[in-house]
Amino acid sequence: MTDTDPVRLYRTVRLIRRFEERAVELVHGGQIVGGIHPYLGQEGIAAGVCAALGADDVLAGTHRGHGHVLARGADPARMLAELCGRVTGLNAGRGGSMHAADLSIGVLGANAIVGASGAIITGAVWAYRRRGRDTVGVSFFGDGAVNEGMLLEAFNLAALWRVPVLFVCENNGYATTMPVAGAVAGSIAGRAAAFDIPAVDVDGQDPEAVRVAASAAVDRMRAGGGPELIEARTHRFDAHHTFEHAVRLDYRPPDEVTRARARDPVRIQGERLTDTDRAAVDAEVEQTLDAAVRFALNSPEPDPADALRHLYASGLTARTGGG
Amino acid sequence: MPRLSYRRALTRALADELARDEAVFLLGEDIQVGASLVTTGLAKRFGTERIRDTPLSEQAFTSFATGAALAGLRPVIEFQIPSLLFLVFEQIVNHAHKFPLMTGGQCAVPVTYLVPGSGSRTGWAGQHSDHPYSLFAHAGVVTVVPATPADAYGLLVTAVRHDDPVVVFAPAGAMDVRDDVDELAPVPLGRGRIHRNGCDVTVVAIGHLVHDALAVAEELADQISVEVFDPRTLYPFDIGGLTESVARTGRLVVLDDANRSCGMAAEIIASVVERVRLLAPPRRVTRPDGAVLPFAPALDRAVQPGREQLVTAIHLTMKDTS
Ligand SMILES: Cc1ncc(C[n+]2csc(CCOP(=O)(O)OP(=O)(O)O)c2C)c(N)n1
Repeated sequence: MTDTDPVRLYRTVRLIRRFEERAVELVHGGQIVGGIHPYLGQEGIAAGVCAALGADDVLAGTHRGHGHVLARGADPARMLAELCGRVTGLNAGRGGSMHAADLSIGVLGANAIVGASGAIITGAVWAYRRRGRDTVGVSFFGDGAVNEGMLLEAFNLAALWRVPVLFVCENNGYATTMPVAGAVAGSIAGRAAAFDIPAVDVDGQDPEAVRVAASAAVDRMRAGGGPELIEARTHRFDAHHTFEHAVRLDYRPPDEVTRARARDPVRIQGERLTDTDRAAVDAEVEQTLDAAVRFALNSPEPDPADALRHLYASGLTARTGGG
Repeated sequence: MPRLSYRRALTRALADELARDEAVFLLGEDIQVGASLVTTGLAKRFGTERIRDTPLSEQAFTSFATGAALAGLRPVIEFQIPSLLFLVFEQIVNHAHKFPLMTGGQCAVPVTYLVPGSGSRTGWAGQHSDHPYSLFAHAGVVTVVPATPADAYGLLVTAVRHDDPVVVFAPAGAMDVRDDVDELAPVPLGRGRIHRNGCDVTVVAIGHLVHDALAVAEELADQISVEVFDPRTLYPFDIGGLTESVARTGRLVVLDDANRSCGMAAEIIASVVERVRLLAPPRRVTRPDGAVLPFAPALDRAVQPGREQLVTAIHLTMKDTS
């Protein structure tokens, strides 16, 4: 089921990269309020993992979640409209950057609570399997999340009940400003080992390497194995959140990002293409994003009278606050 | 007429829903043997795939249920003690409850959280005796507190079929109540029930306190005519039904086994006085502010709202009448 086409993999990393760059511009232009957590530098992980998934599979991501949603195939225009708070957005303008979800393609949502996706995806995969589907799931999380109790409880449930969930730890070295070394006792793979969950370490800057590791794990899980963990070592090239441009936090050595940029996943994957192929993809991605920005900015804002629409799936309505 | 206990009514409701809908399944601690006596016999009848014992991982299995609901199942979780809801408040309020709106209507999260033995079980002390329903009503999660076996059956069935998360509090003080039950049927959310008609004062009582309110009404019957109103669901609340009752009686006393500040009693009084001109200031009988239930039985009882306090509140309300 794995998509081994290097051109498509390049397209995904390039799409995420340019999406993020355009989104950061829109934050600075004031069209995206509240800011975003840029995925710049980490694109190879979402792209490599999602290339290993099939149509029936599901995933849940994080506050740094744009890459996961786009790599799974969500419409970039509707995604951008969501970040701009428009009714045409994936979540009708009710979710924004940290909650972007597209259940029609198995994206059960970015989740703004660190460590939250593991248990949700385990329950979903277990349920789909009970209903006869051959689903596997992916839970993306950061290095900060491995200290959250609920995620470790989820490791236990998934391993105990042999639910095929690929736990993908995107180790970018920091939880906001807290370095891994100051936060993680033992190791990330060691946490998996405690539950007998097989773990591999992969170079998150190389999209192909991630794809190879993910597809091997997915194959084993589909053949009846339980959960697996991938620790993908990566770097975030930008701030934790766009608010950092205003507050100027001092927590990493100035040359760290410069050195990290030498291993850029977009360039690494791009070098595997012919110049013609790469130029064609770049042009196509640019057009897609130009159209996405136009679509997002020209889309209507939601009607304030509808602010609590969708609060209850049952149709229950809430009492109003005024008067 | 068959006699049915409240506890057995919960079992019947679970069994009927498991039989009716393949998507329903149960999760919880020691539920296969039925440690709470609510799930007795269900594992034998429906199998351990649908009656699933979980490790002690409340936060994970609560969110596991959210994921299973997103995938189309209808999980019911049994919690062994009410204070576990503090542990999973995040998972219920911040995830299950918020998903439909945050996804712009892409999903439903039909999970039922069942808490048998909520409130004080005498002798269980500080960490096992809370009754945290106001928190869920405040958050806008559907919150049900049945008082009788028929309502316990009917509201639990409705909760399981409901498309949003529902917390069902079965008060410890009601678990052994028995009743003659002719017919078991679903009970709609947001509809209160008048257990006894009266014309001098409306007493709103929640959960097991309905039985205390009825006893007090009987005791005062030759002096004061007390109407006993049981909201049955705290969110959504049957404010229409209560307003009609208070419009007739002109007086309101609320009996609520939870802490005073920001409690259901305060909310009920505020909602009524927004709508009805009362003949006397309303009163509430609750646990004290910030109460932690002490262990010694006499102290435990001293903190819970009781019948004498209710009698006093009713008398004061009658006397205050301008
Ligand atoms: C449970 C929880 N604690 C704290 C926060 C605030 N917060 C948001 S992102 C973040 C850092 C997360 O770090 P990590 O898991 O390594 O992911 P990264 O941001 O590096 O992608 C924190 C502390 C939160 N959203 N949820």
